[in-house]
Amino acid sequence: MNKINSIRKDWSLIETLIAEDRKILDIGCGDGGLMEQLENNRNAITHGIELNRDLAANAIARGFNVVHGNAELDLSQYSNNSFDYVILSQTLQAMMKPKDILYELLRIGSKAIVSFPNFGHWKIRLQLLISGKMPVTESLPYTWYDTPNIHFFTIKDFLNLCNEMNIMIEKSIGLTSKGKQFDISESVTGVNFFTHEAIFLLSYKNYEPIKIKSSKKVFAKNSVIAN
Amino acid sequence: MKTRFTTDTKLESEIAYFENINLKIESGDIIDSFKLAFKTYGKLNADKTNAILVCHALTGDQYVAGNNPITGREGWWSRMVGPNKPIDTNKFFVICSNVLGGCAGSTGPKELQNGSDVAYGGNFPSVTIKDMVKAQSLLIESLNIEKLFSVIGGSMGAMQALQWAIDFPDKILNIIHIAGALKHSAQNIAFHEVGRQAIMSDPIWKNGKYFENNEVPERGLSVARMIAHITYLSENAMHRKFGRKLQSRDIISFGFDADFQVESYLRYQGKSFVERFDANSYLYLTRAMDYFDHDETFRKNIEFSHNPNNHLKYLIVSFTSDWLFPTIESKMIVNQLNSLSREVSFLEIDTDKGHDSFLLEEPQLDDVIKGFLTNNFAKIDE
Repeated sequence: MNKINSIRKDWSLIETLIAEDRKILDIGCGDGGLMEQLENNRNAITHGIELNRDLAANAIARGFNVVHGNAELDLSQYSNNSFDYVILSQTLQAMMKPKDILYELLRIGSKAIVSFPNFGHWKIRLQLLISGKMPVTESLPYTWYDTPNIHFFTIKDFLNLCNEMNIMIEKSIGLTSKGKQFDISESVTGVNFFTHEAIFLLSYKNYEPIKIKSSKKVFAKNSVIAN
Repeated sequence: MKTRFTTDTKLESEIAYFENINLKIESGDIIDSFKLAFKTYGKLNADKTNAILVCHALTGDQYVAGNNPITGREGWWSRMVGPNKPIDTNKFFVICSNVLGGCAGSTGPKELQNGSDVAYGGNFPSVTIKDMVKAQSLLIESLNIEKLFSVIGGSMGAMQALQWAIDFPDKILNIIHIAGALKHSAQNIAFHEVGRQAIMSDPIWKNGKYFENNEVPERGLSVARMIAHITYLSENAMHRKFGRKLQSRDIISFGFDADFQVESYLRYQGKSFVERFDANSYLYLTRAMDYFDHDETFRKNIEFSHNPNNHLKYLIVSFTSDWLFPTIESKMIVNQLNSLSREVSFLEIDTDKGHDSFLLEEPQLDDVIKGFLTNNFAKIDE
């Protein structure tokens, strides 16, 4: 129940980051719940990828464009800049190569939306400090030996990686474990301590797609990152 | 174009005659007149938006559902097509025609040559998947249907659906492509070649002129069917169905009777096939599949087509145990469509039933086909 609530909350925050009439790729789209929400509320054109066969079948049967496949293998087939937004909700920590995935998100999408549980949250730190065992919490409910979450990282780690990759954080939303919402970039102290879940809207620095418009087709190409 | 329609009571089929139409086919030959046998199910709505073309596979025919008068059995996809079935004929108008080159009433090697009383036999021109689709498009046109809601097919039917997307994207809204590929692989051509050799080395075949003595190259055709039938199954499915079980005996015979159930089964498949299929047709249709190749050209055809095709929706389905048209082949289509940002859905269904899965009980296939059709139809109906 908690998990479902937290995903719903996640979705409604993701929705606030998305403009009307955009083209969206949802990675790990499940049975298409977020796609449905964005089609209804944002008039979005949505595509999805889902690893789980039954979920993918459900999504297709509900009329969504969903490809049954593995994001870590299949993202390369999408063209540069072919989506306005690429969404990766609560999955980055489960990826084999999170950095490569981040590259891919911003290659395929003009903007990327990434959400993840913060491993720097005080409860987790406390658990490790006191018990000396790998933390098990509401948002990270698995024991170390059977968790799908193979890359744990904190908000600070994520910000450092974005900086290293020249990724700009356009917006960032933090959630405390009580569901209180705040702007990560504006809160200076203690963010990494109190943020339970984080949602980031990302793009490249000074990124300007070169678009050549003809009457029928739009040819798009990634430009060089200035700076 | 003037098309004449009749009903063949023996075949329980409608027949569309395209006379003096001079159909130029891919080989360069011209077929001046031809006919297509077809069946329809359900009712065309007033706006003519609910028409679905179902394309049959290599040995299929126009009898998708209901009774097949040739075999006396139910239609080949009656579990999929019908009232309240996944392809619901309460809602959709379903058309299925016997392909050009087939042997269930459409013009093919077994039919009489134009203006003569001799059958085509080996004189029939080599037809391709593209030619079959061209002929189907003329049928759809003559039925006064401007746009098909969907074209659906498995195996050779999937090839036709893909060809529709390439040649007539402006006349369709979506395709459902099951257990198909961009090309017929070397291995698939090899199996077909063995089948053709079996037919052609049957002394009764006589360069395709067996009909002159009212004979059928039964041995060759049944062996061809036996080989093909193996490729439609999987090792696991065969093991599950037959294992090493013996047929009507307790001990092996130390001879060459059908000791094993699997042998008896294959012999039965071969024998019943010759009663319903024409050997020359088998040669022509397997050849048409072999010539199918969009490996290099599909992307270009879709991207730079003079026919707008952005609106097309694709549902691509494969099966884990299908080694004739493996998942990797379907994924190639999906990759190319995704790289062009087309609206594509793809599902690999987990089953041990092999290539033939699309004809068999697969609840997930039913669900995605039903859902895909219903939801996309609701969108255009708004």
